[in-house]
Amino acid sequence: MRCRQMLLSGTVLGAMLVSGGCSIQPWVKPYERDRLADPIMAWDRDAISSAYLDHIRESREGSRGATGGAGGGCGCN
Amino acid sequence: MTNRHIFARAAVIAALLLVRSTSADVLPDDRADVFYSKYSGGGMDITGYSATARAKITENFAVEANYFIDKVSGASIDVLSQASQIKDERKQKSGTIEYLHDKTTYTASYTSSVERDYISDTASISLSQDMFGDLTTVTLGFSDTHNTVGENNGTADDPNVAWIGHALSRAYSGGVSQIVTKNFIAGVNLQVITDAGYLANPYRSIRYLDPTNPKGYSLGNQVYPDTHTSTAVQVQGKYYLPYRAAVTAIYRYYTDTWGVVGNTYELDYTHPIKNRWIFEGRVRYYKQSAASFYSDLFPFADSQNFVARDQNLAALDNTTVGAKVTYAFLPDGWKFFKRGTVTFDASRIRFNYLDFRNIKDYGVPQYTPGTEPLYSFNANVFQVFVSVYF
Repeated sequence: MRCRQMLLSGTVLGAMLVSGGCSIQPWVKPYERDRLADPIMAWDRDAISSAYLDHIRESREGSRGATGGAGGGCGCN
Repeated sequence: MTNRHIFARAAVIAALLLVRSTSADVLPDDRADVFYSKYSGGGMDITGYSATARAKITENFAVEANYFIDKVSGASIDVLSQASQIKDERKQKSGTIEYLHDKTTYTASYTSSVERDYISDTASISLSQDMFGDLTTVTLGFSDTHNTVGENNGTADDPNVAWIGHALSRAYSGGVSQIVTKNFIAGVNLQVITDAGYLANPYRSIRYLDPTNPKGYSLGNQVYPDTHTSTAVQVQGKYYLPYRAAVTAIYRYYTDTWGVVGNTYELDYTHPIKNRWIFEGRVRYYKQSAASFYSDLFPFADSQNFVARDQNLAALDNTTVGAKVTYAFLPDGWKFFKRGTVTFDASRIRFNYLDFRNIKDYGVPQYTPGTEPLYSFNANVFQVFVSVYF
């Protein structure tokens, strides 16, 4: 019985979350995003340049990945 | 050529796509770039040339092609200890297609890189989805890399390459970019990379105590595990200041099955002047622990199953100070060009090794093995590129 109640509660909670998720209203309206659209707010304005710098680092460090840019090869003997 | 090839190649496009796809409703503008780079440091000079073109075939479909050449000369600290020079060239070609459907961008890429002693091919796919009123962008990516590893047993001018192994690498990526306020955007990226195969760098050697050698030590081959898995998480935030400028803060945590733990901290400041100039400054600090099977000096030959003295696996830190200037020479466009920019980027990096010693060219032994000065060097990185958007 308790198991069924938990299952029901879970289903209701899940349904609430899903329905709530679908009705999320953007708290930053499109007309408020002019600053975010400024090129200076781009994560990466020049992917090739960033990839090159990441490549240099990955050739000389033990860490790798999750940076959003990397480069193949290295020529780093 | 190092095992970093394996790592970097696996990360190439999936990671690039993580960031590139922060806005999925419209594909980016058509763009063409020509790029020049110069790296000098640690006895190495690397000159790079690149050309990239990107074009939308339709509003929903874009293609991109990139060609990159690296020319390497000089000799690093490892190579100097074994008295040989390096002269090599790497050619990399890549192609990417992007398809936008509603709020989802699908991307597929292929990259091929060829050196005299190293061949690498990477195939990548990713998708990026905008949701919650376009406040959130979720990206998932996967890439598969196949590397063929060689060793040049000849000289720089008269190579004799022996192919010694293969390595496979797979990278799994996930990322979320979130608009938090009208002035603040945050993001988190996760990437797990697995490698299997020949992962060592054949050009680097271990050293071990050897009383029969006048130097007090001898050199031997590195032996790496043939599997490796790494996990990296990066969190980042970008804030639009009360005046027209932005600051970016980045932190990355890295850990892997070889025992390396790395922490990266970066702070960037971007300051435009009117619509002509964008100035950018950055400071980055990185620190890592050594791999569990790394040692600068082993007690004797074959002292353990896995042995490495690759400086990448040593405990180290480095500090980068960089500046970048972008000038818009076509701020308002001309004919079918929307705009054009030229960018200069310069960085200086100080590398400090905490348990990797400088054993080069001392000639007559001056130091008891293990008491040589710790190795450190400065590197200068310079880039200049021209971009036109159309």
